[in-house]
Amino acid sequence: MSDTSESTDEAAEETPAEGDDAAAAVDADEVRHVAELARVRLDDEEVAAFTDQFGDILDSFEALDEVPETDREEDLINVMREDEIEEGLTQEEALANAAETEDGFFVGPKVS
Amino acid sequence: MADDHNAFITEATIDGDADADGPLADKTVAVKDNISTDGIRTTCGSEMLADYVPPYSATVVERLTEAGATVVGKTNMDEFGMGTTTETSAFGPTRNPADPERVPGGSSGGSAAAVAAGEADVALGSDTGGSVRCPAAFCGVVGIKPTYGLVSRYGLIAYANSLEQIGPIAGTVEEAAAALDVIAGPDPNDGTTRDLADVEGADPDASYAAAADGDVDGLTVGIPTELFDGADERVVETVEAAIADLEAQGAETTEISLPSVEHAVQAYYVIAMAEASSNLARFDGVRYGHRSESDGNWNESFAETREAFGPEVKRRILLGTYALSAGYHDKYYEKAQDARAWVRQDFDEAFEDVDVIASPTMPVLPFELGESLDDPLRMYLADANTTPVNLANLPAVSVPAGEADGLPVGLQLVGPKFGERTVIRAASAVEGR
Repeated sequence: MSDTSESTDEAAEETPAEGDDAAAAVDADEVRHVAELARVRLDDEEVAAFTDQFGDILDSFEALDEVPETDREEDLINVMREDEIEEGLTQEEALANAAETEDGFFVGPKVS
Repeated sequence: MADDHNAFITEATIDGDADADGPLADKTVAVKDNISTDGIRTTCGSEMLADYVPPYSATVVERLTEAGATVVGKTNMDEFGMGTTTETSAFGPTRNPADPERVPGGSSGGSAAAVAAGEADVALGSDTGGSVRCPAAFCGVVGIKPTYGLVSRYGLIAYANSLEQIGPIAGTVEEAAAALDVIAGPDPNDGTTRDLADVEGADPDASYAAAADGDVDGLTVGIPTELFDGADERVVETVEAAIADLEAQGAETTEISLPSVEHAVQAYYVIAMAEASSNLARFDGVRYGHRSESDGNWNESFAETREAFGPEVKRRILLGTYALSAGYHDKYYEKAQDARAWVRQDFDEAFEDVDVIASPTMPVLPFELGESLDDPLRMYLADANTTPVNLANLPAVSVPAGEADGLPVGLQLVGPKFGERTVIRAASAVEGR
């Protein structure tokens, strides 16, 4: 994969088939696919272990099907402040933990 | 200082204000290694941040040192707070001072072990689903999980923002409460902190330490059957004995039912993993943290950099990504949010009739080292009694209830929102018996 729009399409294709209330078994390909979406590289051993464990864990999450639809009263207010200039990190401090910098900038991997 | 229990990842000193007086002057404090300390590496127990040195300190660290406490080190923890045993740390497991063959609980296991072993007077942990209360229970010390919004999270490296609070661990309720007095309060750098002056029924000037007076005469204690069912019999007996002592001191007990909590641990894991999958996307190897030697493009380099996460962290990022992905979002994440609202309602209704709710902190005795590491689901289910409190944003204390088979057992006391003084008062009666 080379860009994020592609991965969004892949996620959309993942819509579960009819009757997904059966046990939530996952196979190795699904684990690899989610790892790709999450941008976490796994080795074959991890894929095998996660395939087993995810089946058990997702099975236990099935209990959430019994939860009634509940009114969610969130008592939230926006917290605003004046947009004033304050002292922050110096450029040197902000860059101090970066693996690679150049002329006061972070250096990232090539984009494509 | 000999660190026999691997309680510390980094031993380093930040001097407290020598002119300060008050309960924390001249005290030593150990700080969990996901709480930023200016100039002292802050690893989150991860390879990813093994060399990360924050350029600023968390608000809680500033407040402790201003109150005269001296930081003595950064404590071991489950990687990014993800674990119940402190065994997922990249820096090796911490041992339980009460029994070195057993885990100290987690994820703030190093903080609880440091206090239990006498290596610090007080420690800070963070509690996302029980991470202060579980190690306090397993190590035989006191841990307080404050109401969401009481303590600033500025400088706490995020795992699941909507659930977590920083909380104190100490040898006695009064010492933990004195630390809470210092770290609590609004912070302009954390928009989720609340000013108690704006909270109905709360007193911004009241002291938490002063509430540790042991006076439970007339206090009503709710006993939720759901949080006793399925717990280890030895744990239940010990906790029931402690509750009987509260009755002997004038408290009234009444059985209550919280049906929603049967689903809390699943809801907690879905929400926490979903938030983690988003939060940990910041570790891209560009601005801070480990970076792979990859010469691939951005996506390849990003994926290889994140190989540095341990298995539990990868597991949660993947499951969180899965739970949020198209087609599964409604099934997992939406239902988990319904469960969260249901848990909150259940507690609200219960607190119309009772002052505090008592249960075992952990339904099990401390695991043996290595016992649960290959069985993540078993580890998750051990959080059944602690996670409802985070879902409902409530305050809770774990206080030693006694011992079973020579191992510490914790009693959890939960209060209504910003009802810290009530749970502290009840907890002080438990330890004073």
